Amino acid sequence: MKKRWYDYLWIVELTYLVLGFFNILFAWMGLLFFFIPLIIAAARGTKGYCNRYCGRGQIFGLLGGRFGLSRKKDIPRWMKSKWFRYGFLIFFFIMFFQMLWNTYLVFAGAQDLRQVVTLLWTFKLPWNWAYHGTLFHPGVAQFAFGFYSVMLTSTVLGLITMVLFKPRSWCVYCPMGTMTQLICRAKNRKGDLATEQKG
Amino acid sequence: METRIKRRAVVDGSACVACGCCAKVCPLSAIQIWRGVRAVVNADKCVGCGKCAKECPASVIEIQEVRP
Repeated sequence: MKKRWYDYLWIVELTYLVLGFFNILFAWMGLLFFFIPLIIAAARGTKGYCNRYCGRGQIFGLLGGRFGLSRKKDIPRWMKSKWFRYGFLIFFFIMFFQMLWNTYLVFAGAQDLRQVVTLLWTFKLPWNWAYHGTLFHPGVAQFAFGFYSVMLTSTVLGLITMVLFKPRSWCVYCPMGTMTQLICRAKNRKGDLATEQKG
Repeated sequence: METRIKRRAVVDGSACVACGCCAKVCPLSAIQIWRGVRAVVNADKCVGCGKCAKECPASVIEIQEVRP
């Protein structure tokens, strides 16, 4: 099958993760990975981002598929259930807002900048070597640390389920994927699948 | 003459996450994501090779025999 330009977007994702080890402020770029899928879903009513452009999915696909770092077993039934997918989305939201709250506290001067990346919402990794000061408020850096924590945590979770189950198992419970699917469902509620060919 | 058994991919639409992994591997472009909601198989094109079922991270695609 012919490769398209978007089949190489895994390079962008990898570059993003690597840059976070050198200067944490690059973490802000990750907002693109949040907004582009939502914009595509809201404007076009498709999961075009998941289907074509998701670099993270491509990394898992390459590592688990081509490099064989996956057992390629079925994901457990509960992990693809609606309550787990929506539950994980809600949990993710809560943790995201907690991160925004910490950023706010630094902006408000109620809390000092913490130069740590929190992995799996628990493990605080010292990350001061990737911080070289900012021209802006320390709150800008706090957001970067928090956002990079989110991105690194989801990558680690994705890698774990990639090894245990199928390469792109992350896609099953990816909060962005769940959210964009919800948007598409809402947008296409009136659309009739029966008029098109059914699987 | 012996009739050949036809096979075809069948998607459990309610559990499909519409990630599009299936569409990526289908050699005949017989499976597509319908409006970001679920995967849909084009019965005329599908030959039931099973690539999509193998790829599907949620394992919601099954290859079934089609009775004529």
